[in-house]
Amino acid sequence: MLHTDPPPFFHRGPSPLARFAFFAVLSIALLFADSRFRYLEGMRHGVNTVIAPLQRAVQWPGEAWEAVGVYFASKSALATENAALHERLLAEAPALQGAHRLESENAHLKSLLDIKDRYAGNAVSVGVLFTARDPFSQKVFIDKGGDAGIEPGAAVIDEAGVVGQVTRVFASMAEVTLLTDKDHAVPVMSERTGVRSVLYGAGAGRSLELRFIPPSADIAAGDRLVTSGLDRTYPPGLAVARVDAVERDTGQIFARISCAPLAGVNRSGELLVLGRTAALPPRPDDPPTPDAARKPGRAKVRRGG
Amino acid sequence: MPSLASRPEEILKPAQPWFVALTLFAGFIANLLPVSGYAAMLKPDFLALVILYWCIQEPRLMGVGVAWFAGLFMDVADATLFGQHALAYAFLAYAAEYFRRRVLRFTLWHQAAQVAALLVLCAGLVLLVRVVGGAPVPRWTYFVPPLVGALVWPLLSIVLQRPQRPARASRTSSRR
Repeated sequence: MLHTDPPPFFHRGPSPLARFAFFAVLSIALLFADSRFRYLEGMRHGVNTVIAPLQRAVQWPGEAWEAVGVYFASKSALATENAALHERLLAEAPALQGAHRLESENAHLKSLLDIKDRYAGNAVSVGVLFTARDPFSQKVFIDKGGDAGIEPGAAVIDEAGVVGQVTRVFASMAEVTLLTDKDHAVPVMSERTGVRSVLYGAGAGRSLELRFIPPSADIAAGDRLVTSGLDRTYPPGLAVARVDAVERDTGQIFARISCAPLAGVNRSGELLVLGRTAALPPRPDDPPTPDAARKPGRAKVRRGG
Repeated sequence: MPSLASRPEEILKPAQPWFVALTLFAGFIANLLPVSGYAAMLKPDFLALVILYWCIQEPRLMGVGVAWFAGLFMDVADATLFGQHALAYAFLAYAAEYFRRRVLRFTLWHQAAQVAALLVLCAGLVLLVRVVGGAPVPRWTYFVPPLVGALVWPLLSIVLQRPQRPARASRTSSRR
């Protein structure tokens, strides 16, 4: 009698190919579930509580090195920096004082018009812990999370403009998706002409795209784009990007407009997380037709899957 | 370049499970280290290399399943989609199964060339899956870390092999 099977003590479970096929299918199912439906946030939070202390710990050598550098920074360098900062403060004083006046005037007018304040104003200053090492997305981690009152969806800025948006919040850190992440959308308007549109990220190393602008619209290279505030995620008036080039092709419905972010999206070490905008107005009654229901109410981060 | 490979006649002692676990942990920590600029562009996936090494040397301890679970941890640490690293590591473990029967006969630099091909193939697989899923195509630098990883391979092999070498063999290799 011929046995083609090995004797039982050589059995090593399913073949490597079968095992790989099983885990490959499982991986692809996870990829799909995570990118399209975000089913696995609970699992991610669970694993992150284990990893977070390690991620903190590996920052120590770098931080210690920096601390040593600060300790030995020469007095004259500090004095120069101090003088420069004083100068800047003085230069900005008129604008600031003007802003205070405008603010009070504005508050008065708003109270007259009974407009609710849209920006809660409780900003949290944070530091960047590290950049996520994913070649397919543009994310950074910041050193404060749910403990400091950071909420998902909050806008993140640096001193020059919008950097991105908080997309995941863990206990003591949070993930910020940058402007340049593919399909990250910010509703903006041109400061010069007031033309409104949506600015999309296009992935690492590519310029931002301003979409849905007809070729005839008044927009030119050098225009500054600021948030329009229409999504109620980004408060209105924050600087976002500068138009780099406008390509008008009459054969196309929309102009091709490439922009560069004003903020140091990948370079800033210190960021400010803005509080969420004040409570949203009550949801309108469901419209009768399903088509109308799909109208985009607010732009949000669509994760490139 | 003198031959640094474990010669075919040299028989290594079996690795201790705690040593395998320790090196996996070290690989994970090495991946977490914050780097920026060119270093970030060049940095190889150390955990993938360690996994590949143990899949080749100690298939009893390291297989597709363990590699896959290690990948899930890396997915959380790197904020990538669940399954991205897991798929890559499972593929490496699977490829190692066929690879290990012949790879130990080569010198370390010849091994490195084969590891380069394997890592680039692995990166290509992840790229394919992600781009089909709608991710942007990364820059060409995407393929730099796998190549750097292959350059690190000989050094990593020597370090990971040391505790398993019989006493006399390790002395001859150090005298060379």
